[in-house]
Amino acid sequence: MLIGLVAGFFSALFGVGGGIVIVPLLVLLASFELRPAAATSLAAIGITATVGAVTYAFHGDVEPLYAALVGVPAAGGAIAGASVQQRVPVRTLSFLFAALLIGIAVRLLVT
Amino acid sequence: MTYAAAVLLGVAAGMLAGMFGVGGGILFVPTLLALGLGQLHAEATSLLAILPTVAAGTWRQHRYGNVRWHAALVLGVGSIAGVEGGAYLAVSLPENVLRKLFACLLIGVAGQIAWRARRG
Repeated sequence: MLIGLVAGFFSALFGVGGGIVIVPLLVLLASFELRPAAATSLAAIGITATVGAVTYAFHGDVEPLYAALVGVPAAGGAIAGASVQQRVPVRTLSFLFAALLIGIAVRLLVT
Repeated sequence: MTYAAAVLLGVAAGMLAGMFGVGGGILFVPTLLALGLGQLHAEATSLLAILPTVAAGTWRQHRYGNVRWHAALVLGVGSIAGVEGGAYLAVSLPENVLRKLFACLLIGVAGQIAWRARRG
């Protein structure tokens, strides 16, 4: 419950799902394995993001067309990602994603 | 940023979501920023885009038998109060401050993904 509370705060503040908080805390505090932690996190995010999207919609900040533009392709990506995670070690892809995020962070900080 | 690039980044965000159990917002927000949305609108819109992503990801992971539904429910319900607090803070912060904080979050996430990859 406390993990959820912290995750929800992060989620709404940054427009993310909160999985970034949920997964490591489930692994470290609730002794989950990585795969069940990731899967359980996805299900929890469904609730968190619904509440967040509704809250922001009341403020008039949500752009549904843009959400569909990235969200619908992402649904396909999520199915692919889950299969990949299930079948192969994801080490190389992980480091690529980490590098991509660092690149974006640097751009956001300097612009 | 073209729409085609946005679609590609959407797919990448989804893969990140399915593999690591996150919502994909970590890539949605920068993509939406590049499309010209402000920080707050990008974050709000990202939350909506997360919904189809986690629905698809959860469905797949459920079929693999990985989802612990009771824990997910407790986490999700626990998050509601946090969401309200986070949204309140996001709305009251200046957008450039919010953007810098988001950049710091990205660095933390990158570190965590690398940590998990090392852990196996």
